[in-house]
Amino acid sequence: MPKQLIKGNEALMKGAILAGCRGFYGYPITPANEITEAAAYYLPQVGGTFLQAESEVAAINMVYGASSAGVRCMTASSGPGISLMAEGISYLAGSELPCVIADITRGGPGLGNIAPEQSDYFQVVKGGGHGCYRTLVLAPACAQEMADLTYLAFDLADQYRTPAVILADGFIGQMMEPVEFTLAARAPRLPEWAVDGTASTRRNLISSIYLQPDDLEKHIRMLEAKYARMAHNETRWENYKTDDAEIVFVGYGISSRILKSVVEMMRARDIRAGLLRPITLFPFPSDELRRLAGQAERFFVVELSTGQMVEDVRLAVEGRCPVEFYGRCGGNAPSAEEIFEEVFAHV
Amino acid sequence: MSELKVIHEKAECLYGNYDRKGELQHQTHYCPGCGHGVAHKLLAEVIDELGIRDRVILVSPVGCSVFAYYYFDVGNVQVAHGRAPAVATALKRSHPESIVITYQGDGDLAAIGSAEIMHAANRSECYTALFVNNAIYGMTGGQCAPTSLLGDKTTTTPFGRTTANDGYPLKVSELLSALDGPVFIERGGLGNAKQILQTKRAIKRALETQMKGLGFSLVEMLSPCPTIWKMDPVDAQRHVREVLAPIYPIGNKLDRTKDRAPRAAAPPPPPLSELPRILKLPVAPTDAPVELVKPDSEYRIKIAGFGGQGVLLLGQLIAEAGMDDGLDVSWLPSYGPEMRSGTSNCHVRLSTKHVDSPLVSRPNVLIALNEPSLRKFIATVDTGGLVLYNGDSIPTDCIRTDITMQALPFASIADELGSPKVANIVVLGAFLAATNALPLAVVDRAMARVVKGEKWLEIDRRAMARGIAEMQSTEVKVHV
Repeated sequence: MPKQLIKGNEALMKGAILAGCRGFYGYPITPANEITEAAAYYLPQVGGTFLQAESEVAAINMVYGASSAGVRCMTASSGPGISLMAEGISYLAGSELPCVIADITRGGPGLGNIAPEQSDYFQVVKGGGHGCYRTLVLAPACAQEMADLTYLAFDLADQYRTPAVILADGFIGQMMEPVEFTLAARAPRLPEWAVDGTASTRRNLISSIYLQPDDLEKHIRMLEAKYARMAHNETRWENYKTDDAEIVFVGYGISSRILKSVVEMMRARDIRAGLLRPITLFPFPSDELRRLAGQAERFFVVELSTGQMVEDVRLAVEGRCPVEFYGRCGGNAPSAEEIFEEVFAHV
Repeated sequence: MSELKVIHEKAECLYGNYDRKGELQHQTHYCPGCGHGVAHKLLAEVIDELGIRDRVILVSPVGCSVFAYYYFDVGNVQVAHGRAPAVATALKRSHPESIVITYQGDGDLAAIGSAEIMHAANRSECYTALFVNNAIYGMTGGQCAPTSLLGDKTTTTPFGRTTANDGYPLKVSELLSALDGPVFIERGGLGNAKQILQTKRAIKRALETQMKGLGFSLVEMLSPCPTIWKMDPVDAQRHVREVLAPIYPIGNKLDRTKDRAPRAAAPPPPPLSELPRILKLPVAPTDAPVELVKPDSEYRIKIAGFGGQGVLLLGQLIAEAGMDDGLDVSWLPSYGPEMRSGTSNCHVRLSTKHVDSPLVSRPNVLIALNEPSLRKFIATVDTGGLVLYNGDSIPTDCIRTDITMQALPFASIADELGSPKVANIVVLGAFLAATNALPLAVVDRAMARVVKGEKWLEIDRRAMARGIAEMQSTEVKVHV
């Protein structure tokens, strides 16, 4: 299969269309624009709908509408836009509507800057909106995964009737890498719960309101059970040379790429280092981390933030071994050499 | 009395029993004398008369009518406060044959959702908006609405609405009628039988506008709210007629139904087998000769210069050719304002092994197209590496003896070739001549794929040949 040198953002959109995505509603923001522009270019050619909304608030509610109508649909943005979408994401989760949301993370808080960060972890993985809900979160680390995990995200979103988020930093979105498109083109589907303006779906209702406390608790417990099933069935991660690792690095997205260089540098010096790369951030590979905590002397977490995912690592490890952290932010990324030095700086 | 004659039946598209309601399923949740009950009845009757029940998708808002889906036997979608126009937009675009109706109150449509209604109307989304204006927040207990009248005492304007603090009553129908997009806008009232029958006709015309595919339609209804207004139903209706209507004049505000043509139906989607072509996926295997066994090589290239010097394209060409040559590659740009001014740089990696980090922190090739870039990155170059610099000579304080450094006036050479834009391609030639990193035929083919236009390809080919020749004359050779 021939490869194509392509930006992560564009690969994501091609993967989405191959998955049967036929609706995109978005608002421009750097560094996610290539997704929106690819949607504008390709979707009308495949019988889909592209619409540039008046705001991210409107965009996510258009996704709510298209998803209610039974269309595989998505939006893409970055931190400031995801903040505005938080309301809509909560409604999507509450109404059990599948969709895919791409967050190509930039620097925050506030306007911050447009350079890459991984500082939307709390916002995306912990919810962001109101109420007891979770979203499935997938974290690609290369352009190939931007296509492949987006394709998977549409399937999982359907399977669990939940919004799924692709959480990628600006590096992963902006860089070009060879991508092989082996994904089969999916035909658009119409789920039986959709409201599409036909006699057969006339009794269908999309709603997140449960006025009676007992009814709402039942609904929330049902969602809770669904998230537990997701945790049981859909947790994904990559082990890189962890078999005999004494130092286990933990990082996702671009951090995991830099950490692979660090692992190689250490292995070249006969230090037994390995990397655990979470691929799903919710559900989080807590069990695997706990297992590695039995063999490792220390964990070392690297993020492009002041430390967000590290909290989940600490919760998983439960004090079985030390968990250290090194982060850069503001659009800076640590070099492999910098991390290497940092690991031994405090020993 | 055995001969009771049915003279009026409940509309068919209202449920016989309100099963979705928790209790009192034979009656609505609206207060006695509330306009919503009347508005629901009008809408239901019009849906029946038009015979469109199976096609209708009703979008319920937040507010007293949040539970509109209790009553209407149609497809129902309940949405967030103010967002009905956005949801309706996508519902209708997803299923153009459906009849999409939003039902919103004044807080929902005219306050929190003012952006959404404005843009849906301006795009002339082909759905019908019903706007129930009772000049108060009912569900939350009587707060000031954007449509509350000056002087109105509400729970959030306890001393009366003033222009100084709260601005003016918002005239939505007039406001939206100023836009080019909408097709039909009318304000009706629910203040007496005459107003109610007029309003019903307006709802029918609005829905017919949608059924003909003409575009956006809206019917505003001045509606009584006896409970919050603290009036009995009769007084509340009188209030609609005598107090609201003078401020919000009843009547048609916009009718472009005769001027606007129906929208063309979208063409049928292409077969799935067409997707690889449409998505421009690579279909044929590369025909370039790929050496199966290569000596290990590992290029970590940093290219930097001013925006507009072609820094990113140079990096992309190297990465494209590297991929064609069977190497693992990555290309990482700086992005954003750089494309308009300032400095620009990119990181390119070519490797016979797997590329782990796409970031290049210790380059073994630095291509500096201006002096600031040379100064910024010279210290990071790995021992034994190569520096190509755009200039007549390396500034003496930048000279390092543990690396190979070569200055060439790439920009001047490009000027000689007829375009300053091809300086980056002259550099490409020089890089290839100095390193033998990639076969020239493979690079030429990548260039032919990436460069748009025969004219540019021709000049780029001359630029590359010139870069190779210039570099060969220096006899600089680097093995990475």
